[in-house]
Amino acid sequence: MSNPSAPGHSPAQGHEGAMHENHGSLRGYLTGFVLAAILTVIPFWLVLDHIIGDFKVAVFVILALATLQIIVHMIFFLHVNVQSEGGWNLMGLLFTITLVVIVLGASIWSMFNENNLMMPTMSVPIQQYHAPAPPHSPGS
Amino acid sequence: MLPHTMPHRAAIWNFIFGRLSLAAFPLGSNLEDRIVQFTFIGVVVIGVAILAAITKYRKWGYLWREWFTTVDHKKLGIMYMILGTVMLVRGFADAIMMRSQQAFAFGANMGYLPPHHFDQIFSAHGSIMIFFVAMAYIIGLMNYVMPLQIGSRDVAFPYLNNLGFWLTFGGVVLFMISLFVGDFSTAGWLGYPPVSELQQGPGVDYYIWGLQLSGVGSLLSGINFVVTILKMRAPGMTLMKMPVFTWTTLCTSGLIVVSFPFLTASLLMLSIDRYLGTHFFTSGMGGNLMLYINLIWVWGHPEVYILILPLFGVYSEIVPTFSKKPLFGYSSMVYATVAIMVLSYLVWLHHFFTMGSGPAVNSFFSLTTMLISIPTGVKIFNWLFTMYRGRVHLSVPMLWVLGFLFTFSLGGMTGVMLSVAPADFLLHNSLFLVAHFHNVIIGGVVFGIFAAINYWFPKAFGFKLNEFWGKVTFWCWFIGFWVAFGPLYIMGLMGVTRRLSHFTDMSLQKWEIAAWIGALIIFCGIAAFIIQIAVSIKDRKKLACGNDPWDGRTLEWSTSSPPPEYNFAFIPNVRDRDAWMDMKENGGDRRPMEGFNLIHMPKNTASGVVIAALGCICGFALTWFIWWLAIASFIGIFVAIIVHAFTYRSDHHIPAADVSHFEHTGNWNPEQQGVAA
Amino acid sequence: MNTTTIDTTGSAPIEFYCRQEPPAHNGTLLGFWFYLMSDCFIFASLFVANAMLGTNYAGGPTGAEVLDIPGLALNTALLLVSSVVFGFAMLEMARQRKGAMLGWLALAGLFAAAFVGLEIHEFIGMIAAGATPERSAFLTSFFVLVGTHGFHVTMGIIWLIVLMVQAGRSGITEVNIRRLRCLSMFWHFLDLVWIGVFSYVYLIGVLR
Repeated sequence: MSNPSAPGHSPAQGHEGAMHENHGSLRGYLTGFVLAAILTVIPFWLVLDHIIGDFKVAVFVILALATLQIIVHMIFFLHVNVQSEGGWNLMGLLFTITLVVIVLGASIWSMFNENNLMMPTMSVPIQQYHAPAPPHSPGS
Repeated sequence: MLPHTMPHRAAIWNFIFGRLSLAAFPLGSNLEDRIVQFTFIGVVVIGVAILAAITKYRKWGYLWREWFTTVDHKKLGIMYMILGTVMLVRGFADAIMMRSQQAFAFGANMGYLPPHHFDQIFSAHGSIMIFFVAMAYIIGLMNYVMPLQIGSRDVAFPYLNNLGFWLTFGGVVLFMISLFVGDFSTAGWLGYPPVSELQQGPGVDYYIWGLQLSGVGSLLSGINFVVTILKMRAPGMTLMKMPVFTWTTLCTSGLIVVSFPFLTASLLMLSIDRYLGTHFFTSGMGGNLMLYINLIWVWGHPEVYILILPLFGVYSEIVPTFSKKPLFGYSSMVYATVAIMVLSYLVWLHHFFTMGSGPAVNSFFSLTTMLISIPTGVKIFNWLFTMYRGRVHLSVPMLWVLGFLFTFSLGGMTGVMLSVAPADFLLHNSLFLVAHFHNVIIGGVVFGIFAAINYWFPKAFGFKLNEFWGKVTFWCWFIGFWVAFGPLYIMGLMGVTRRLSHFTDMSLQKWEIAAWIGALIIFCGIAAFIIQIAVSIKDRKKLACGNDPWDGRTLEWSTSSPPPEYNFAFIPNVRDRDAWMDMKENGGDRRPMEGFNLIHMPKNTASGVVIAALGCICGFALTWFIWWLAIASFIGIFVAIIVHAFTYRSDHHIPAADVSHFEHTGNWNPEQQGVAA
Repeated sequence: MNTTTIDTTGSAPIEFYCRQEPPAHNGTLLGFWFYLMSDCFIFASLFVANAMLGTNYAGGPTGAEVLDIPGLALNTALLLVSSVVFGFAMLEMARQRKGAMLGWLALAGLFAAAFVGLEIHEFIGMIAAGATPERSAFLTSFFVLVGTHGFHVTMGIIWLIVLMVQAGRSGITEVNIRRLRCLSMFWHFLDLVWIGVFSYVYLIGVLR
């Protein structure tokens, strides 16, 4: 964040004008597309065919695949790299990811504890509601 | 399902006016309505007088061209400061009403405010002081000073700067309308459910839409300042050569970008619950009101650091200037600022230790909260060591700094007491907490703002502020603060809870009356501040000072006072920290007087005013369920944005001849003056 | 640091002022990137809400009963294809081929519009079957999170149309390139959010 040797306004930053920035390449977009498609199909297959019995393992695998796919999108579609905008793009992104993880993690941690400690009855499964039939959505 | 009550009348009237009816206006003859009526008359008289004066002196065109549509960061900064001052008076009026009620509503005496009115007043006081006083002041300061300190001609997004101001102003308008049309929220400054879910009237809706508008404005300012600092520094100004105020602006703006979305999202969910009958924060149907409290504090805690960090920057500018020494421990100051920025995101749970998350969660957030006092302590020591063996000149800004060091340190210590989770179970929601956050916000933020106003006023207007009235302001605030909030600490330790409109324990009355006297002393402080400004304007010839009245160290003192539209005829080349001191010491303080260049500047725009006005109308319409108007103004906002997007020519050039004329004479060309006026 | 003319020869006087205007640095792309980062937090809070409320069915339908995974697969495919097609448009923009760029942009917009249409259709189906946002906290958080994403996509489509008009009129100018690159970031960013939505809200939602 505070690299003392980072130049204030060096001409090295000057070429970020809209005309000269990296727009990606056809090969990049297609690679990204194939990878993203694979990483999308796997979790759908896992869920639709009930491959993993254990809920926790399934959640872990699905979230891991989602994280991978997010990284793929960032590299091949958003072209996030170390150099763009003097590194500030990546810096902002890392800061954001850190804070999102903190907020999600701490909120879930504290609210989970709160539910357990303050509302013990809530952990008993509520009587299931029997819907007449699950509504079928279009596109299926 | 709409949880609302429409007045009984023909459907067409309900279509046109929604739930707005004459009943919303305070036309009764009870004391509560009378107070509002007198306030209304006062506002109308003053308002009409101001509008008449503007019309009489034919200043509408001038105001519109030079101020309302301006994209100049300096003018927007001044407008934010004026807005902050006006709202300080409004917020203080709420405070003195509460103090008066609490001082006398004991035993059989029920006081002059019914509980419903009292609840509105403390809700309005808190929201206004945070969003429209403290935020307006700090954004105003950052706007004015930061671009000058980094040697820039303007901010990165001048148009968004204008839009941000008017959105904040739109929020103010909604809050002020709530005074006279309908009620305000009674749910406190953060609008906790279930009160904010269950309160049927327009109060919470005013609150929601007012804050949504100003929240978007703050977010735009935050993004703008971050990009300005990252992209527009003068050549040679590396990150570690930036003035500390610029550093704190960077960190505060970063925090704004990452925390204000949580405010927006929490209020969005609250409004969806209120308008559509959904169940985010309801008590039944699976909703969870602690979710709201959790999310809003994810914004709320960084927010207090958003408020204080720029003022830490202010102190870091004032102390070296008036000690005639470079700042002690510049790097540690920068690292402490960054550490506070990151840590401020790890402590929000200490606002609800009593929620019941258990010892593990509470211990963790207790520790992080205590940790944050370490970088803050580093800063305090840095300021003290800067003064140590310096030639400390006790002018008004320095006086405020000393008052801050004393007051804020004590406030910080009571904060550490509150961070101990078991102690918090006793002190939660007590007057001790009220005393603590007023201690840090008045002692840190308000004192800092007055210090900054006294320090940079000569830069903005070319004359100093009156010293005598400045000192009166300081002593009234300093003494008044302790007289007002000392008793609250004591009562808090005895277990008195906050937000009470009536007391039965007569033994508390002496403390409440003491606090009331303290509030009166603070009132004298506010009056003295306004007198200080007025006297200084009257004596401006006598108080006129050069460009650099305090022998400043940073670049804003290298340009004229007041600075020209373009800030710097030639952008400075920075070699060192305290760039202007370096220039003065090495003969660089004489500006070149020939060879001026054409200067490229952004052009004024009316889009900001139009979009914010439509946003304000939309907020009002949503508050009163006037759906046609809400839809129309919402579409209007889009149309205005798209129209603005088709304006490609958003800049103009100042000819070199005009620059030369200004630099030689300190005035604009006569013909250009004619255009301006 | 080499733009400055400080003390380069040793004997020359120190130059404290830039006699020539230093080059301007446009901050729009960086600023828009920071806006997207802030938008992440809006979605983060909606995800927190979904994490907390996602199993609070209040006796109403569960995720397994109302969430339509095959429909989701089609929607996800539409959005992914739209993202890649937008990338092709950016490649054509870099080659200054206006017609091809506008064609790809229109196609990306059509895919996104189909996505929004399917989503609305899904919502209407759920509401008709009694799974309304007011039914339970789970459904509230579901509708608002997915709906907020859909609202963003809709805004993106409107923006796309505006930019197509602007590029059609004044061509691939520097300003238009900048605007298109902002929209491109926005477009791909919504994809990222969608990955979170389909993984967490839908796929994990039907499991629990």
